[in-house]
Amino acid sequence: MDLNKLSISTAPHIHRNTYVRKSMAIVVIALLPAFAVAVWQFGVSAVIVTAVSVCSCVLFEWLGCKYLLKKPCTLGDGSAIVTGLLLAFNLPSSMPLYQIVTGAAVAIGLGKLVFGGIGNNPFNPALVGRVFMLVSFPTRMTSWPAVGQMLAYTDATTCATPLYYVKGMVQGYGVNMSDLPTFWDMFWGRMPGCIGEISAIALIAGLVILLVTRTITWHIPVSILATVAVIATALHFASPDLFIAPQYHLMCGGLLLGSCFMATDYTTSPMTHKGMVIYGICIGFITMVIRLFGSYPEGMSFAILIMNAFVPLINRGCRSRHFSKI
Amino acid sequence: MIFKTFRKGGIEVPDNKMTKDRQIEPVQIPDIAVFPLSQHIGAPAVPCVQPGDKVLVGTLIAKGESFMSANIHSSICGTVKKIDKAPCLNGAYAPAIYIERDKEREEEWEPAIDRSETLADECSLSPQEIIGKIKDAGIVGLGGACFPTHVKMMPPKGAELDSLIVNGVECEPYLTADHSLMLAHSAEIIAGIRIMMKALGVSKSYIGIEANKPDAIALFRKELKSCKNIKVVPLKKKYPQGGEKQLIDAVLHRRVPNPPAIPANVGVVVENVATVYAIYQAVQKNRPLIDRVVTVTGNSVARPSNFISRLGISVNLLIENAGGIPEDTGKILHGGPMMGKPMRNLEIPMTKGTSGIVLLPETVSTRQPEQNCIRCAMCVEACPMGLEPYLLAQAAADSDWETAEKEGIMTCIECGCCQSTCPSFRPLLDWVRYSKNKVGGIIRQRNIKK
Repeated sequence: MDLNKLSISTAPHIHRNTYVRKSMAIVVIALLPAFAVAVWQFGVSAVIVTAVSVCSCVLFEWLGCKYLLKKPCTLGDGSAIVTGLLLAFNLPSSMPLYQIVTGAAVAIGLGKLVFGGIGNNPFNPALVGRVFMLVSFPTRMTSWPAVGQMLAYTDATTCATPLYYVKGMVQGYGVNMSDLPTFWDMFWGRMPGCIGEISAIALIAGLVILLVTRTITWHIPVSILATVAVIATALHFASPDLFIAPQYHLMCGGLLLGSCFMATDYTTSPMTHKGMVIYGICIGFITMVIRLFGSYPEGMSFAILIMNAFVPLINRGCRSRHFSKI
Repeated sequence: MIFKTFRKGGIEVPDNKMTKDRQIEPVQIPDIAVFPLSQHIGAPAVPCVQPGDKVLVGTLIAKGESFMSANIHSSICGTVKKIDKAPCLNGAYAPAIYIERDKEREEEWEPAIDRSETLADECSLSPQEIIGKIKDAGIVGLGGACFPTHVKMMPPKGAELDSLIVNGVECEPYLTADHSLMLAHSAEIIAGIRIMMKALGVSKSYIGIEANKPDAIALFRKELKSCKNIKVVPLKKKYPQGGEKQLIDAVLHRRVPNPPAIPANVGVVVENVATVYAIYQAVQKNRPLIDRVVTVTGNSVARPSNFISRLGISVNLLIENAGGIPEDTGKILHGGPMMGKPMRNLEIPMTKGTSGIVLLPETVSTRQPEQNCIRCAMCVEACPMGLEPYLLAQAAADSDWETAEKEGIMTCIECGCCQSTCPSFRPLLDWVRYSKNKVGGIIRQRNIKK
């Protein structure tokens, strides 16, 4: 044995085998139940939108690394796949192809690469893409196909989502509450909405996977959901005619998808547990304000993006507590 | 069973304790033993023998003359060959005493040493006499830090001691030297604890043992069944529980303030089990510190073992006893894989602080290429000192020493939790060490000016 071939480095000499690719793989696995429900409810269109979104995100990441950053390609970490999946999960299943590709280009390009690639982006890339699409293609982005049209794509018949009823009650534009999906329909995912957000049970299963594998901690999802639940319960009890019951708030729209998968994005969320809780509470609060009083039907994306901007400030204010001060 | 643990940070690392069922085996007495003069924290010892002098096993060969220093004794019987430079762990060479064994003669020990195995648990000495014996025997902390034990046992004025914590945690993966010692010599360790309690004047003591050593926990519980003032504290398996501050927090829920405060300021003295055993040998048997238990192990080592070996033996010889260096070895470590130091020169002698030699395969020891920080906060969660390693590393990379100092870089214990948990393989601790060095220098400069 040639001793001069032994490597010399400082401690520690072993690694726990946590790596970015592994975290991303777990996120993809955790998103699979929601994808399965989407295919079950929206049929082939869910597959098309997801596939196009993922493929174009991967393509733009590759192009961006090669020609924009001129750095070694970072496709291997799998973050482009996660961005593509999350972008698709935030779109109605009837989005035309060119719009998805545009959204993916913005998500990867403007959302991530212009800042220097993974780890440097201040805003969640998938949400940057989504909000860009929301303001660019407002009609398509706010018309949701009804469930059960297995073969329809851009020609699917659309209908109102539960959030329409939520806002309708508050703003008094006369909605027929008997059309609201039942609790169990929402729970299993038999309601109109974006591809990945319809099934509460699938998203909760994903959250459990993330928590059990310790990919994320409970702080962000629980604080967002708790804030929404508290506000919704208080308002509902104050005036049941104006405000819908809290369980509908928790299960409709992008709340679960956003709080489990989008707000918990490593790069754009705070570093300490205390910071995470503050961040979560603010997201929950802003979401409820937009849902009830804003002009957009759903406020989750905006709430997360707004709070992303505050993350550096939160990190500055909420420090890790030193050992001598436990 | 309730398992306690410390409150802040820490990580779980795979155990890999391949030698946990191996009994302690003796290895051959080396033909040449090398004793570096500085194998402890503090001033180097001063040689008190000349080349050509005959020494016996246990003869004092170098004296710790200043307060913060330790005596060194010969571990073999023979002739002092030379006082010359010997290789050290940091790659440099430092003065050491070389002793050649007298192969013709039968091994002769210093007459005062009692070599019988009988247990002597009565001790009628006064605390001063006990500490004097510990100092004479050259005992240092055998957990790896090598802090002179007699210094630790004389707490500063104003510190009221009430407890002794015996560290049987051994949270480093791979190492089982303390574990095997606890199983083989529980009675001696308990006698040693009583001696220490007497010397320190404390009424309570605790033995902290991690959950991955259930046999040691059971054995000490059985032996201490009727004993009220020595308690076994089972601890959850979590690295770095063997760190002094973490252990005090885990056992007594007390936190040691930032330096210059020491554990004595919260009324506690922490000693490693191997040190306690050495204290028993020194006080009851007049036996100086001339040998210790060392684990030689690795994923593909032929015969991973716990050896009891004379100090001064070369690392090479220890590895040969365990079956030689496997082909796939990428790194040879002095100490455990979390805090140990790598070596290339295997002529380095085993010293008082050698608790293990770990031969890591290349696949385990090779560092992955560094990627962007994704701000996942895993390092913040892992840091047992409550620091934010990603910030410290960034400050170091920016040469921003002011921020580094403000962020508490000097309280880092260099446990390596941050770096070994980073999913982007960033060399966080490398940056922190570099920065600690710089900031330490700046602080010293400032104190001189004052």
